[in-house]
Amino acid sequence: ILSLSLQAKMSRPVQARRLEGIDKNIWVEFVKLAATYSKVNLGQGFPDFPAPDFLTEALTRALSGGNHMLHQYTRAFGHPPLVKVLAQFFEKLLGRDLDPMTNVMVTVGAYQALFCCFQALVEEGDEVIIIEPFFDCYEPMVKMAGGTPVFVPLRPNPPKDGKLMSSADWQLDPAELASKFSERTKAIVLNSPNNPLGKVFSCRELGLIAELCVKHDVLCISDEVYEWLVYDGKQHIRIASLQGMWDRTVIVGSAGKTFSATGWKVGWVVGPDRLLQHLRTVHQNSVYHCATIAQEAVAQGFQRELTLYGKPESYFVQLPKELQQKRDWLIQSLNAVGMKPIIPEGTYFLVADISQFKSDVPDVPNSDEPYDYRFTKWMVKNKGLAAIPLSAFYSEAHKNNYTNFIRFCFAKEDATLKAANDILQKWKQEKTS
Amino acid sequence: MFLASRNFCCRGIRTCQLRPDFLSRSIKHSASATMPFRHKNTRRIEGLDSNVWVEFTKVAADPSIVNLGQGLPDISPPSYVKEELAKVAAIDRLNQYTRGFGHPSLVKALSQVYERVCGRKIDPFTDILVTVGAYGSLFSTVQALIEEGDEVIIIEPFYDCYEPMVKMAGAKPVFIPLRCKNDGNSASSADWVLDPAELANKFNSKTKAIILNTPHNPIGKVFTREELQVIADLCIKHDTLCISDEVYEWLVYKGNKHIKIATLPGMWERTVTIGSAGKTYSVTGWKLGWSIGPEYLIKHLQVVHQNTLYTCPTPLQEALAQAFWIDYKRMDDPDCYFYSLSRELESKRDRMALLLKEAGLKPVIPDGGYFMIVDVSTLNVDLSDLDEKQPYDYKFVKWMIASKKLSAIPLSAFCGPETKKQFEKYIRFCFIKKDSTLDAAEVILKNWNKQ
Repeated sequence: ILSLSLQAKMSRPVQARRLEGIDKNIWVEFVKLAATYSKVNLGQGFPDFPAPDFLTEALTRALSGGNHMLHQYTRAFGHPPLVKVLAQFFEKLLGRDLDPMTNVMVTVGAYQALFCCFQALVEEGDEVIIIEPFFDCYEPMVKMAGGTPVFVPLRPNPPKDGKLMSSADWQLDPAELASKFSERTKAIVLNSPNNPLGKVFSCRELGLIAELCVKHDVLCISDEVYEWLVYDGKQHIRIASLQGMWDRTVIVGSAGKTFSATGWKVGWVVGPDRLLQHLRTVHQNSVYHCATIAQEAVAQGFQRELTLYGKPESYFVQLPKELQQKRDWLIQSLNAVGMKPIIPEGTYFLVADISQFKSDVPDVPNSDEPYDYRFTKWMVKNKGLAAIPLSAFYSEAHKNNYTNFIRFCFAKEDATLKAANDILQKWKQEKTS
Repeated sequence: MFLASRNFCCRGIRTCQLRPDFLSRSIKHSASATMPFRHKNTRRIEGLDSNVWVEFTKVAADPSIVNLGQGLPDISPPSYVKEELAKVAAIDRLNQYTRGFGHPSLVKALSQVYERVCGRKIDPFTDILVTVGAYGSLFSTVQALIEEGDEVIIIEPFYDCYEPMVKMAGAKPVFIPLRCKNDGNSASSADWVLDPAELANKFNSKTKAIILNTPHNPIGKVFTREELQVIADLCIKHDTLCISDEVYEWLVYKGNKHIKIATLPGMWERTVTIGSAGKTYSVTGWKLGWSIGPEYLIKHLQVVHQNTLYTCPTPLQEALAQAFWIDYKRMDDPDCYFYSLSRELESKRDRMALLLKEAGLKPVIPDGGYFMIVDVSTLNVDLSDLDEKQPYDYKFVKWMIASKKLSAIPLSAFCGPETKKQFEKYIRFCFIKKDSTLDAAEVILKNWNKQ
């Protein structure tokens, strides 16, 4: 019987070449590790506090409303109530008129929005500039589209007074950035606020990128999923609102991050029709429709925020306020035990330098894994605390550049952060005794 | 109320303008300002932008039109399915990410149901991928396993997405039509068959896969064991994959049995079988589907999935899992929704067929699925004054929508370029509609000849 089934298997290579080099994925491994070992999970980026009541109530209302057509297909490029309210929202934020039918498209999370961008606009022969550290999917998506990723790093410039670094201290070198643009450059991927560092690109920095895009006629894929999560009175500036940028930018957004409901997988793109038309073609040939009822509830969430915009009860005001407190708590916590956090200006991630804990996880010469990978695996197995190694957010060639940093997610209940603090305190005590 | 926000964003804009001197410099030096916009679509999507649904769903959106076009139930999903989703909404952690390749409780439920159906062990974690609808499964399968240089056999008429998906993967679609046995006089979907010799000729060393759809959309054909064996023999002989779209697997009518080609000897190892929650539970808007097959094939679909959308919505997957458990437990009971829905649809099918016959039309009675194709040439409607470039059935449907307020889908939308002439006298009706919709259709059909 065994030999029969071996015979029946395809005898020639079965998978397509577009999958070459993109089969590894950090999350598959680290999510499993966290599920198996962690007592406190500050690894994968999702809140462990509930989604806001008004959102889950919107879902319940939609379900009890008696309109069973909400269980059937809606408009493929986005449920009309959702694209309409997104257009209204972004009109105000961008200061320009938007057509909900042509300037907005709904996707299965921001992840699928990114996929549509690359498949629609990037192909063999194209280069795409990716700023390191980067959300890990950009590189394999560019490769799957046949493009060549070109990396440019944010470089840390630590403050001279010995204070804690801020994500603002990680900067692009303007000359280095300019050198990455060539006649093959199709697009640059911008992620602001940035995962994993939490950097919120400043006006000047965005202006620099915009100048280069205009000069070289390059597109900008602007991943702004953490647009509402900015702290210390900072502003999230949308690069598409800079002169010369609207026509060449696709903005990516996420209901999962906006409304703390990552499991709903509702995202969107906003941009000019002449770019979005190509994303629509990819979308209609890959997933076609997104789940109706989730879109209906998200639309209602946005309606609520539209009426409360700028007011203290707005979720977009309350959430960053709450998260800032959690950020500060975790920073204090990490600092107290000797892990040096980099203060993030935005997102719900922070990166910390674990150099002082290296003695617990001895360096292994010639190891094929970067140090921080080994450290986080050891930490989750031995301390029950899950985090993500920073080198997961670097290209293969640069994985060993920053191996003393790990990323924590602080979108967690106070009890979770307290439990993390307990683990860290105990660990520190064990080290000193 | 937006005054505050206007200041907020304007402040940002005012301070963030490009320096005017730079802008004029860059316009002088870069040719881009005078060049046409160079950012066109990638080659992979060239020619794939048009789509029959975008055209016809718009036209039929008018509520005064009786819509028997798009395959969309207007009947309610079973109440327990809606209730499970309502229950899930209250559970916090179910609003966050779940396992990328499929929510654990769902893949476990699917493995149980399909183990029973297939009579073989199915590992929920390695042999199953949950996708955004069966559409997403088709896409993942084609992207994972098909590329430039490959040929893919597509049986006509075909669910329209197969062709563009194969093209987007850089491969060449090779078409083979179902042909009517009885000199074009077709009373049943069983009359439509493949010519085995013609089929064999389509296979060559470049053939990577054949796409099978059973029960078949649009004809409603349920491939018999013998017909499947012919396909299987060729797949084995030529070492070809089989992509088996079985979304209508539960919708088979009396006297017919749905057989999974993956259960034929030698086929499990080369088949990816695709299913759909939307069609199983009448919840097309949930957009959940699945691919089932051997680990060594499914793992490549998982790689595509982790690089395209990563994970499907959690609450919908959990609710679907619960619905599956309910029906799994009563798979020996005739009240199981898998069987009760097909009984309900069979009477709608019969009613639809009667109405069409009474209007002088020749329906092809489907053995499965919820579509019925109809030969409209018997009506001899003269449409020569309409747009010449479109096939007859496109013109007929547009005319029917405008003058009869009844919509359907033209069959040539489901054909390759060579076969459009063969199928342009047929249109497709969807009958998974509530009684009042069918009543409205009845009125139109009864009055057809009175205008």
